[in-house]
Amino acid sequence: SGQTVQRIMVNYHVQKVKRECIVWSIAFLSSGTVVTSDSFGRVQFWDWERGTLLESHTVSTSAVLSLAVSEKEDSIIVGTSTGATYQFQLLPVKMGSLEKRWVRTKPFQHHTHDVRAVAHSSTALISGGLDAQLVIRPLMEKMQKKGYEAALRKFTFPHRRLVSCARKARLLLFQFSQHLELWRLGSTDETGKDGEVLPLCRMPEHLLQLKSKGPEHIYCSCVSPCGSWVAYSTASRFHLYRVQYEGGGVSIKKVPKVPKLLLPAYQLQFSSDSGSLFVASARGSVHVLQLLEPGGCKHLHTFRPPSGSPEAVYLLASSADGHWVAAVSGDWAIHVYNLKGFKHHCMVPMYSCAVTALAIHPVTNNLVIAYSDQQLFEFGIPEKQYTAWSRMVQNCGLHKVWLERDSPITHITFNPKNPSHILLHDIYMFCVLDKSLPLPDNSALLMNQSTLKQLPETARQRQLHAFKICKKFQPLLFADLLDENCLVMVERPIMDIKTQLPLPIQQKKFGT
Amino acid sequence: VSDQKPLGCWSVKHGQIITCPVVCNFETHEYIAVHDDKVLRIWKNKDINLDKVFKATLSADVYRIHSLSNGGPVVLFKGGGIRTLDVLLEAPQQEIENIISDEVIKWSEAFTEGQQPVLIFATEKDGDFFVYVQKLKMNSLHKYKLEQQELSKPLSFTAYIKNQMITLLCLYSNDAVYKVLIPLQQNTEEEEQILSKSLLLNLSVSGSVLKGTSFVVLDKDHIAVLGSLAASGEESKECLTIWNTKFQTLQISKELPLGTSGQLWCYEEKFFFTHGKVLTVIMYKCETSSLAAAVGKLKDSQTPDVSSFVNWNTLGDEELVVSFQSQQSVALKSESKMTLRSKRNAVAKVQPDTVSVGQLLLNLKDAPTTVFEDELRQLMSKAQMPDFQATIGCVITALINRCKTNPKYYPRNFLLQIVQTRDLSYSLCPDLMAVALEKKDVHLLQICLQRFPDIPEEITYTCLKVFLSISEAYLQRVDVNLESVICYIDIEFNNKEVKTEIVENGFNAEREQDIWDTKITKETHLATDGEFCPVGPQKAALLNAVLHSAYSETFLLPHLKNLPAQQAVLFLRYLYYLYVKCSEKINTTLPGIRPPTINQIMDWMCLLLDAHFTVMVMLPEAKQLLSNLHKFVRAQVRFYSELNKIEGSLRELQRLNHQKDPHTYSIEVLELI
Repeated sequence: SGQTVQRIMVNYHVQKVKRECIVWSIAFLSSGTVVTSDSFGRVQFWDWERGTLLESHTVSTSAVLSLAVSEKEDSIIVGTSTGATYQFQLLPVKMGSLEKRWVRTKPFQHHTHDVRAVAHSSTALISGGLDAQLVIRPLMEKMQKKGYEAALRKFTFPHRRLVSCARKARLLLFQFSQHLELWRLGSTDETGKDGEVLPLCRMPEHLLQLKSKGPEHIYCSCVSPCGSWVAYSTASRFHLYRVQYEGGGVSIKKVPKVPKLLLPAYQLQFSSDSGSLFVASARGSVHVLQLLEPGGCKHLHTFRPPSGSPEAVYLLASSADGHWVAAVSGDWAIHVYNLKGFKHHCMVPMYSCAVTALAIHPVTNNLVIAYSDQQLFEFGIPEKQYTAWSRMVQNCGLHKVWLERDSPITHITFNPKNPSHILLHDIYMFCVLDKSLPLPDNSALLMNQSTLKQLPETARQRQLHAFKICKKFQPLLFADLLDENCLVMVERPIMDIKTQLPLPIQQKKFGT
Repeated sequence: VSDQKPLGCWSVKHGQIITCPVVCNFETHEYIAVHDDKVLRIWKNKDINLDKVFKATLSADVYRIHSLSNGGPVVLFKGGGIRTLDVLLEAPQQEIENIISDEVIKWSEAFTEGQQPVLIFATEKDGDFFVYVQKLKMNSLHKYKLEQQELSKPLSFTAYIKNQMITLLCLYSNDAVYKVLIPLQQNTEEEEQILSKSLLLNLSVSGSVLKGTSFVVLDKDHIAVLGSLAASGEESKECLTIWNTKFQTLQISKELPLGTSGQLWCYEEKFFFTHGKVLTVIMYKCETSSLAAAVGKLKDSQTPDVSSFVNWNTLGDEELVVSFQSQQSVALKSESKMTLRSKRNAVAKVQPDTVSVGQLLLNLKDAPTTVFEDELRQLMSKAQMPDFQATIGCVITALINRCKTNPKYYPRNFLLQIVQTRDLSYSLCPDLMAVALEKKDVHLLQICLQRFPDIPEEITYTCLKVFLSISEAYLQRVDVNLESVICYIDIEFNNKEVKTEIVENGFNAEREQDIWDTKITKETHLATDGEFCPVGPQKAALLNAVLHSAYSETFLLPHLKNLPAQQAVLFLRYLYYLYVKCSEKINTTLPGIRPPTINQIMDWMCLLLDAHFTVMVMLPEAKQLLSNLHKFVRAQVRFYSELNKIEGSLRELQRLNHQKDPHTYSIEVLELI
């Protein structure tokens, strides 16, 4: 009817306090109970029909910012501005009693301040705070056994690419929430031994800063391999820039009249010859834009899966020879398209986990796929089947320690000079996977680099295995191969992020 | 109430008067009101006009309607007649009997006990007060007369039911609260019995007296009284107070400057009363009362209740009489039941106060078992407060004596109930544990070991021996309190394959070290023979009770030497297991409720080794155990000394770590083999 049925004043009858009370979050239970969390630190339960207060729990001296209800509606999690989260459970007043009441049960303090978002899964409480942490706290009583699944998990970085690299031009593009930064890498003319830090002959150079207009956050960005194109997208707009380097200076020009695409774009990827741009978009579609000199573009084609897809594409990979582009959509289906004939080539067999990274080998045109359960697959695109090496990996199984890592592989790249190498990384490690070496079995040490370095040359040969892991750089945001013997690694120290975050709530603990 | 708004409002016509409080029938969600004494009105939330709702005119005046959570409302008439609403609505004009003639009902209350409604009400006639207890389904009515009190009379009543016993509390005009116990199971004939009362609380505190108007019971130790507090020479102030009856203290008081109507209700831990013109609701919480809390010095609420002291003066003669009589009781066995019956009746006729406890027990000595236990239960409920402990002691002694004379008689549950609910000590009932040992009642022994502060070492030792010798198969059928072991003994040992170690992001830096450290770890792994508990959980719980009991080494050691070698080894094995379990945690404590502490474990271990030194050395099966124990202790000592050593180095490393500057950009050489 569009009429107001009930109006509940949460600060009605709260005298003395003249402050305004803000309801930060609200939930409506199927029992007709309205749950509110407010800036006075209260979680309140209201009778919907009568508009009266059923229960009030003061959980904090500061605001309760977020609230989520479990599917069974027997548990609620709330997040406060002091960084604590609390669980409420609907429990019988006495053992065996039918009368149930909401009871504050478990307090958790995994954040330093402002828990802005909470979610309640069937087995875990999930909270996200302004301290840039996403925390999954399993509910031990829902776990069948103590074990790996029952571990507390914290996520610092989003599992998506935030840095892109122009290999040929040796540029890095950093994506921030509201702006982009383009840097030229420094260089050295010396060489040295393992572990040495070499003197720089040219310092890294901040080339330009590109600010996004409006309040929207940048969703994805990319720089072309030649460094002369930069593209980014927000939720509603797509931008393409032409960057020109003249002498020491840099000039940037916005490409006018970009084609009107079905937005938003979820991922951007330039072809390796910098001649075209692939835009991952909604409903499984991939737009192909042709880049024109001296600064224009036109829409060439839009790929769609033959059977259609309701999910957006979130990962793209293109082949070095410009023949293939692979796209992963939210339903975890990987489609490979032929760029020469603009037609659907094949679909990689479905796997029961999310794809976290994929890339096409520049020499063999094999598609290497990393899944969230840490499995690795290699799929021959021309042959439309898994490669012999991939089958061998599946038969032998990966090392136990490898499978137990909980941060996903976020980027895959290759060394064109050594086709048997696959370069992978997650937040905590960087790995060169050498397909020519045997896979380690569970009794072998997976992280054997420090052991190998202590062994004499002859003894090394017997200890070698396919996974060459380096944990020197942490937390690792991005790693890519610039040329045959040059890698670029981007670390993002947590302290740097923390210093830029809003200040935590000031609380006096001692004295008056 | 922070959010007051009327949800519904109904009114009777001009000239009519609502004559008893309106109640809600929670089963049908209907409201029931009575106006003009006889006219019943029943309506639902959605009805607006009270004039148009269901109406029934009754034949007698209604005193009050009580709404019970299950079983529907019960109507009490002014003449003392009681009907359930259902019965009444079938024939509203039915005849209602008058039970109480010209007495006037002053107060009434309804309960549900064992699925049946019980109604209790108090009446007055010419200064005498009577209490009626009616069980609706049984159709039984009992009338009691309240013991008279000079110069004061009851102002207000409240009651609760617990363990088949109605506890009636009366607020008297002399500013005191009295307690009256009325057994619900009353098998005596329809006689008017006189209820004796005991003083529960004097409502006076440091010179000022609380003139109570109404009161409610909060828990077994707390009552709340609404009234006016008057100090001499000062104006009286109306206030709400909470009193601790155990320690006779005023716990808290809240002044009500705007005045109150003098009525107080309490539902679900909330007080409801009027303050000025508004209805005020206050939440309350009563902590478990302890002396420390009563004097405001509560530190740790976990500490178990301190056993009360015995008043030796009151114990005196009666117990002596009983124990003396027990020695020559065998002679009295062949009496006929008929004479016993008459004897019992004679006992019942006499006022319980006037008979000394010892005399009563003496009389009961040869009564049949059921009668005997029944009387003892009655005695325990009627006992006066001051010499209560002594009375309980006498009761137990009487029970034990009976056990001794009749080997087949053993009131397991009754004894358990007494020991669990009362604060007893060993000296109060010295034979109890001996009989329990004889009967192998391990549960009772466990409770005794946990609760008695003064068990002689010899008895502790005998308990230990019995516990160790008893078979696991027997124990599995016995009910034993397992709360001290349930948290650390795995009931099932098959989930060894589960990965318990959690590693951040799947890698563990220590793993790399593993290869180099194998020599050391192997050594410690060998030593952990204590991974499995050598005894079942029931036996472990019993042994924990022994570990917890107080003892003096000098007195225990001679007894401990008598422990058979096999049992000593088993006990040592269990102690070793506990020690290993303790050492797993950084704080060296076991989880759970009242687990043995590491000090208790170590003390008993040393004691046991001292007592059985030569035996242990000689015994072949002890050899491996001793060597493991030795290795483990040595490993622990080394571990702690190593920890001490690296403390300084770690601190230095920590300092270095902080100094490491976050380099912003560098080109480094990285070699991957």
